[in-house]
Amino acid sequence: MTRLLRSETLPLDDESDLMIARGRVRECAVELDFGTLDMTRLVTVASELGRNTVIHGGGGSMLLEALAAEQRHGVRLTFEDKGAGIADLDLAMSDGFTTKGGMGLGLSGSRRLVDEFEIFTRVGEGTRVTVTRWK
Amino acid sequence: MGEFLLVTVQVDMHDRLATVLKDDLANRISASGARGVLIDISALDVVDSFIARMFGTIAQVARVMDAETALVGMQPSVAITLVDMGVTMAGVRTALNVEKGMALLRALVREERADDEAAPE
Repeated sequence: MTRLLRSETLPLDDESDLMIARGRVRECAVELDFGTLDMTRLVTVASELGRNTVIHGGGGSMLLEALAAEQRHGVRLTFEDKGAGIADLDLAMSDGFTTKGGMGLGLSGSRRLVDEFEIFTRVGEGTRVTVTRWK
Repeated sequence: MGEFLLVTVQVDMHDRLATVLKDDLANRISASGARGVLIDISALDVVDSFIARMFGTIAQVARVMDAETALVGMQPSVAITLVDMGVTMAGVRTALNVEKGMALLRALVREERADDEAAPE
């Protein structure tokens, strides 16, 4: 049974929103007693996916959820935008794919840093990425 | 510090700041004629792929301007996270701390001078 301890929705419309969102993820990880490495992973994922929302999605939001299961805690992040969506998801998920001059590791790299990764996208409607990290 | 520029990143880097740092450094290398740039990131607890790429670009720009770059002080959790993500930091020289980074830069610059002197005109 997974219980929701609390949740919070943060806007992701520009770079300063991204910095605030990163800070909230960091605080949440500390509150749930995540170690330094897990905290670093989570904040890095928030940075990668949040930047996608701001730059590729044209802005959106991040839902931050603190979870509790039997013996463990988790942080779930959901990034949502109403942008152009991703036409070729397989390509976008592959290493090195970039449209905006990045490293092309935002999506594929983020997936390697979390325990659960889910992406839903529709061309012309937007993208939603949900990730969970347990400790 | 002589012919080296030392940059200590003290704050959480946001994208615009990283871009400004790149431009600033290029100007400073040009104005000072520095042969090396040491970037201390020991205060950074998060380096994502965008910032990592910016460090790579800084090293490339510096190289074209005849300066070597050493990135020093990366926190263990940052290093592990970058490698997990698949960010290799290829092309960026790193050292454990400022002291070792300085030694690395000195060695690189010395090596280049020796090459210059050995090369026939």
